[in-house]
Amino acid sequence: MIGNTTAVLESTAQEVSGQREALRKRHRVREVIIQGFLFLCGALSIMVTLGIVYELGKESMLFFTRQQWEITNRTLVQDIEPGRITFEVSESGAQLEEGDIIRIRSEVMRITEIHGDRITVERGVQGTEPARHAAGLDIQASTRVTLREFFTKAEWNPQIGKFGIWALVNATLMTSMSALLFALPLGLSVAIYLSEYASDRARSILKPVLEILAGIPTVVYGYFGLTFMTPLLRAIFGVDTVEIYNTASAGIVMGILILPMVTSMSEDALSAVPLSLRQAAYALGATRLETAVKVVVPAALSGITAAFIVAASRAIGETMIVAIVAGAGPAFTFNPFKAAETMTGHIVRISGGDLSYDSLDYNSLFAIGLMLFFVTLGLNVLSQYVVRRFREEYE
Amino acid sequence: MTLGQGITHQVSNEEQRSSDFVPNLDRRHRTGRTWLILFQASTIVGIIALTALLVTIANGAFGYVAVENRVDPASLAVDGVPLRDLPKEELVRILQENVSNGLFRRLEHDQPFSERSRENVYELIMERVVEPRIVQQWTLLESIFQRTEIEAEAAQEYPNAELRFESWLDRRFIASPQSGDPVRAGARTAILGSLWTIAVAIAFAFPIGVGAAIYLEEYAGENLINRVIQVNINNLAGVPSIIYGILGLAILVRALEQLTSGAVFGYTDPTTANGRTVLSAGLTLGLLILPLIIINSQEAIKAVSNSLRQASFGLGATKWQTVWYHVLPSALPGILTGTILAISRAIGETAPLVVVGASTFITVDPSGPFAKFTTLPIQIYQWTARPQDVFRNIAAAAIIVLLVLLLSLNATAVVLRNRFSRGLG
Repeated sequence: MIGNTTAVLESTAQEVSGQREALRKRHRVREVIIQGFLFLCGALSIMVTLGIVYELGKESMLFFTRQQWEITNRTLVQDIEPGRITFEVSESGAQLEEGDIIRIRSEVMRITEIHGDRITVERGVQGTEPARHAAGLDIQASTRVTLREFFTKAEWNPQIGKFGIWALVNATLMTSMSALLFALPLGLSVAIYLSEYASDRARSILKPVLEILAGIPTVVYGYFGLTFMTPLLRAIFGVDTVEIYNTASAGIVMGILILPMVTSMSEDALSAVPLSLRQAAYALGATRLETAVKVVVPAALSGITAAFIVAASRAIGETMIVAIVAGAGPAFTFNPFKAAETMTGHIVRISGGDLSYDSLDYNSLFAIGLMLFFVTLGLNVLSQYVVRRFREEYE
Repeated sequence: MTLGQGITHQVSNEEQRSSDFVPNLDRRHRTGRTWLILFQASTIVGIIALTALLVTIANGAFGYVAVENRVDPASLAVDGVPLRDLPKEELVRILQENVSNGLFRRLEHDQPFSERSRENVYELIMERVVEPRIVQQWTLLESIFQRTEIEAEAAQEYPNAELRFESWLDRRFIASPQSGDPVRAGARTAILGSLWTIAVAIAFAFPIGVGAAIYLEEYAGENLINRVIQVNINNLAGVPSIIYGILGLAILVRALEQLTSGAVFGYTDPTTANGRTVLSAGLTLGLLILPLIIINSQEAIKAVSNSLRQASFGLGATKWQTVWYHVLPSALPGILTGTILAISRAIGETAPLVVVGASTFITVDPSGPFAKFTTLPIQIYQWTARPQDVFRNIAAAAIIVLLVLLLSLNATAVVLRNRFSRGLG
């Protein structure tokens, strides 16, 4: 009897546990695979960033370590045999120092000692074979692009081995500054007008019309700059002062391009300021302008600042306008009416031709790109920080 | 008591101040009006800029041209029948009479005349015999407002030239391949190149972009990796497009050359062996628009109401069933709108494709993902950068084609948005 009951109980327990089994969350292989795939889609963006940083970094490293040979104007005075390590070289020419790497024909040597014109070398370094060299052969010295040269010099001329980034950075700053000088005041004014003054009807027409400007491809702006803005500037300031390619024209056209962006982002920030603030200002007797400028704009300042920073980042990274309008040839000049080549413009020009992968030019493209990447990334991160840190929350 | 005193004190102060305050009111209103005018003027400057841009383009795409022919087509007429209306046999005979034997044999060798169409032979006569050459061109505004001066100038300077109103944008322009001669150059190669690259970009970026958005909105928990992914996507959206070009050059064109040139698939065309193909360009554009698609799709998925998900879970659906059958269909209009906007960004991109290595001069239509390519914006860039003014005219015509393409895309996006938001609202 007792045994019978136990058996019944046991079978009931089994049934219940069976039902539980059926209801328990099952591991569905398909769901897991799908989730894994979706994660990979998301993770791809990280790979892209890593890819950018890795490739830019790797090729930039090559740029700074690649050995170049410079003519010293010194020659061998005597014939040298493969075993000879001390010999005389001609007096004139570039200064040689202990530890320098030199090259005679294809053999590379390291200088260990110098006594006047007599030098002692280690033969056949960097995997080259010592060989016999005749008197009168040229001696070449090894040079590298140094970080110091890159960041402090202002001449960029790959043909003669000058790589001073400031020539390009300066042009980028010139065009971006012109663009910002044009777009920031104008964009903020338009935003204030649209948000504080314009009727709903006017806003609903003006806003989309201005946003058309943001949708036009930049190459079209380049055409516009070359066929409209440059001739206009030349007509105003004189053909002699304004060159056909100049940074001012590029800057203004770029200003037109970023105008709608500044307007749109600032207007969003202004509209987000609650009505109660305006009403309070009016109640205190402020005029419309005073309300707008002294109450609404300060309240929306974080958003407006973010808009300005994003606009600056966009202007620095902008390519086609400067490639077409600003000129082709690096130049260090503060005259906005002269031609100069920006970082982006230079990248487009040298990569547009038949670029050999194994050249300093190819590597230099990545060094410039890396600089551009960090500058724009920095600005974007800064704008996000400004929004987060200084946002005024109104509930 | 002190409080009461304080208030009385304040009020008397206010009374004092209001005497300074009232006369100021006029000045303050004047300042307000001045600034209002400034604000309005700024808005007008924006609109003027847009107008100037559009007028400049139209100005270049249409206008009078003076055309000089090497041989007058009227002199080629046979028995009073003008050249244009002659039968094919007559045209072939005229061609044979007027070109050298060597050239005629070469043309016959390229494609036998028996197989050529009448239009083709007519084109050959125009190209090889008549050789129309544009000696001067005027802008649209000049053509409208200074017509008499233009006619006088043309008659004086180019007595043999024919003055005619040319629309650089016509059916021939869209249908002809690229050419070194601005009169015959067309945009077909470039348009097809643009469509091919965009197709590759969408095929790559749309599924991955939507997938990433679904992951971030539906699956991702609060942890470091997911936060990094989100921040990273936001930052990628702000990276200048030319950086993507450099990435494409280093990875797609160089490192994955075997894949992008099609060598892996046994596709061996020596002209595309360097990996500078439609595939490389399309993938580069795909990477470029990926963050935009992800961000837009996330917004669309976020907007789907939570009750929909809960209802689906309540009925026992799995996570993926909920996403696939309920969330995605509701979010689709938003996703599509965002995608179209991303595509219109990609269509106008020039810089990354120049860096990836678009061919500047090809006359053959792109035939597949492993073909060499050029695109519409690149063609515009090339033509604009040429020193000869005539190329500016065809650049303007190409710009109009590009803008029409963009406009129709954006119109589609707006229609989609309006239609579906009304349906759901």
